[in-house]
Amino acid sequence: MRIRFRFSKLGKIRFTSQRDVARMWERALRRARMPLAYTEGFSPRPQLSFGLALPTGAESLAEYVDVALDPDRAETTGVDLATLPAALNALLPEGLEIEEAVLVERSKESLQQIVTSCSWTMRLVGPTRDELSTSVDALLAAPTVIITRERKGREELDDLRPSVLALAVADAEADLAVDPTGRTVGLVAELSTQPRGVRPVELLRGLIAVSAPAAHDTIDGPADSGRPGSTPVLDRACRTQQWIERDGLRREPLLGRVVPVGTDRAQHAMERAS
Amino acid sequence: MDGDMESLWPQIEPLLAQVTKPARYIGGELGAQQVEHRPDVVSWLLVYPDSYEVGLPNQGLQILYEILNERRDAAAERSYAPWVDMEAAMRSAGVPLFSVEGHLPAAGFDVLAFNLSAELVYTNVLNLIDLAGLPVRATDRTADDTIVMAGGHATFNPEPLADFVDVFVLGDGEEVVGEINDVLAAHRCGPARAVGDPDRRGALLRDLSRVPGVYVPSCYEVAYDDDGRLAGVTPRFADTPARVEKRTIADLGSWPYPRQQLVPLIEVVHDRLNVELFRGCTRGCRFCQAGMITRPVRERPAEQVRTMVSAGLERTGYDEVALTSLSSADYSGIEETVGGIIDDPACSGQVSVSLPSLRVDAFTVGTAAQIQRVRRTGLTFAPEGGTWRMRQVINKLIREEDLYAAVDAAFSQGWKRVKLYFLIGLPTETDEDTLGIVALAKQCVAIGKRYHNSVSVTASVGGFVPKVQTPFQWFGQNTIEELTRKVHLLRDAARPVRGLTIRWHDPKATAAEGIVSRGDRRMGAVIEHVWRHGGTFQEWSEYFDLGLWTAALEAQGMTLEDAVYRHRTEHEVLPWDHISAGLHKDFLWQDWKDALAEHGLPDCRWTPCYDCGACTGYGVEHVVASAVPPAGGSQGTGQDLSSGGQVPVRFLSTAPSGAAPADRSGGSTPAMAGEGRG
Repeated sequence: MRIRFRFSKLGKIRFTSQRDVARMWERALRRARMPLAYTEGFSPRPQLSFGLALPTGAESLAEYVDVALDPDRAETTGVDLATLPAALNALLPEGLEIEEAVLVERSKESLQQIVTSCSWTMRLVGPTRDELSTSVDALLAAPTVIITRERKGREELDDLRPSVLALAVADAEADLAVDPTGRTVGLVAELSTQPRGVRPVELLRGLIAVSAPAAHDTIDGPADSGRPGSTPVLDRACRTQQWIERDGLRREPLLGRVVPVGTDRAQHAMERAS
Repeated sequence: MDGDMESLWPQIEPLLAQVTKPARYIGGELGAQQVEHRPDVVSWLLVYPDSYEVGLPNQGLQILYEILNERRDAAAERSYAPWVDMEAAMRSAGVPLFSVEGHLPAAGFDVLAFNLSAELVYTNVLNLIDLAGLPVRATDRTADDTIVMAGGHATFNPEPLADFVDVFVLGDGEEVVGEINDVLAAHRCGPARAVGDPDRRGALLRDLSRVPGVYVPSCYEVAYDDDGRLAGVTPRFADTPARVEKRTIADLGSWPYPRQQLVPLIEVVHDRLNVELFRGCTRGCRFCQAGMITRPVRERPAEQVRTMVSAGLERTGYDEVALTSLSSADYSGIEETVGGIIDDPACSGQVSVSLPSLRVDAFTVGTAAQIQRVRRTGLTFAPEGGTWRMRQVINKLIREEDLYAAVDAAFSQGWKRVKLYFLIGLPTETDEDTLGIVALAKQCVAIGKRYHNSVSVTASVGGFVPKVQTPFQWFGQNTIEELTRKVHLLRDAARPVRGLTIRWHDPKATAAEGIVSRGDRRMGAVIEHVWRHGGTFQEWSEYFDLGLWTAALEAQGMTLEDAVYRHRTEHEVLPWDHISAGLHKDFLWQDWKDALAEHGLPDCRWTPCYDCGACTGYGVEHVVASAVPPAGGSQGTGQDLSSGGQVPVRFLSTAPSGAAPADRSGGSTPAMAGEGRG
């Protein structure tokens, strides 16, 4: 038996790593006395499975974790999915907040395997809206966008273009990407996760490659070089959705053949049958 | 502080995208306190002068953090040494040292209080004072500048840092921190401040110097003789104590802290619940400064330990608890305590117990089996010396058969990797003693092979640095060349032994530690020189640079020979003679003579008193629940514990019958487990 949680990671806590977040979850689940399933062996750990790792420094509105329960102990103690998010939110550090929890079947594939793309909003310092717009158009029009990526400690060249499923300068209405100070320009993107996930800084590298191919190495520099027309620097990035695309349909990972919060299995089975 | 400090977060936030492990600087730990700073509240910034991961778990700092914040007239925040990348980013952006809770500038606090647990962090202390925006030298600070304070084990020779620190605090901090706060509060709201008396800083420091346990270097005169040797450190005022005595809390049970142990957002060292079993150790290992300066033994009541463990696990969600002390197996009823935690239904069988700093001769195979029931943590045994003769000299009276029985128990319980800790460069050490390390380790491999095809024994070898307030404080440290020769001796002897790995601490770093450990006030210039030439994080091998230290010595007309390698003489004035950990100097000298004569000395908590001074001088005594030593090994079999007093006992150097390693039945055979050492 597994519970799948959707949660957000916002504010100062964005500077913690995926591994840190995993440990925060472990501690909160133990404090909540959840009947966790543990790995075998000499050093048993709770069985938690997170989806695609969020880069340290990025925020998210759409993180997921699958928590495996010990079926025998879960049977005895019972798990109330309706009250669980609030109970755990009181135990998780500020900045991590559960939105929803559902039961998923044990046999279901891992989040890592099934998520096909992610939506992002980003705020960039440097270019004007028009300059960014030109770069976006150039990237979308390019047949290939070759960038350097680090893989297992080695730099290699890779074509970014097939991974960019959608890209646009943010509308003023897309408030997540709009900086109230007006210092930054917003960008929205949908980036494929297969065969490899694209990180926001890598997308930026692509935008720089199509506009000023020589400026690769400066994009991770300080965020205070906010002169119009200079190399774009990532100010904030937020993952807003993770998607599962199958049979032409894009689904959010909590939906699909799962039991929604607050309904029991029997009721759900009836809904499906009807 | 004066209430007008503003959070530096808007300036800090943009820096975090550029640095490694940015979460070191965001605070947000469970247990972090959001305090209110007001004009009538004394503000403390408690600083650990090393990286966040090393500093956050420090229990001493956490205890004072809570005790201060429970007071209405005190408010404490924390800070740690920013890593080199962050420091560079801060300096280039003009961001000073800040607190992790409120991100407030360090120089806005009334007190900057450093925890000094080791000597190689001294250059970081200077760097952090400077990063705070304060003058590095105490004499350059003006009336209302932040007071720079320091406490912790390394303060038992405060002189090398005396030019930079306004106030040192010796010994247990629980009580004295409140007394210091009282003085600070009185001055903060006192008339001298109100009328702007130009000498108000001096008046405050003088008042602090009258608090027992507090040493204010500026209240003392240092004299040197014609040969340039230290002649004495004497008080400048009639009401300043000639000798500053450490503080000792009589009963650990009155101080059940930390109550709200900090749980960091990122992984740190010792990332687990820590509960202190007892403070002090009277095993009397002569190399061990911690054991000498924290006497007497004060056990926490077993019931309080249980409560602190269960409440702590419930609150933190940790799945590991360490029962800490300088020698945890010596705690009365240790087996019941460990078993009680593991069997507690609230732990769901998922909480593991680790016991750092265990002696091989005081831990039963039953407890070894207990602690691996949940998960097998690292196993470290610390025989320290390679031969029985050597261990008599250092008074670590562990017999070979104690060690072999412990290792046998570990391998039989499923462990396949064992780590052994040794010191080289000990007084009277011969090559036979050094090579005894390989002989012991080799035998441990052979024992392991009885149980597993493939075993790994690592002998970790550190160079001995003589520490102040110990019987070895007079000993001339081995040279870099001599330690290196011994390391090579070990490496060559171990090479043919499959399954044995020798690891060693860099003899150059051992020398640098020696430079600062026993220096007088003139060593401050050396520390400052190293810092000014970029020598921070000197306890990190990637930044350590002996060349900086030797150049600094040379610039001050000093030598390694004199500062480190020289044997001190009986009647020489030692730079820390005006600082007391309670131990009579003649007791230490006698113990030094006993060491050279290879005489062991039993543990005084179960035998008559030697009058070392730690109890009698302060009107305190051992607080121990059991009147008898733990069963097993040399404590239970070979030693004559009925004697004590003036004449040290010469112990048997051969094994008593019936204690063969193969005999592991019952609870009386020793084993040991843990991950670390005292």
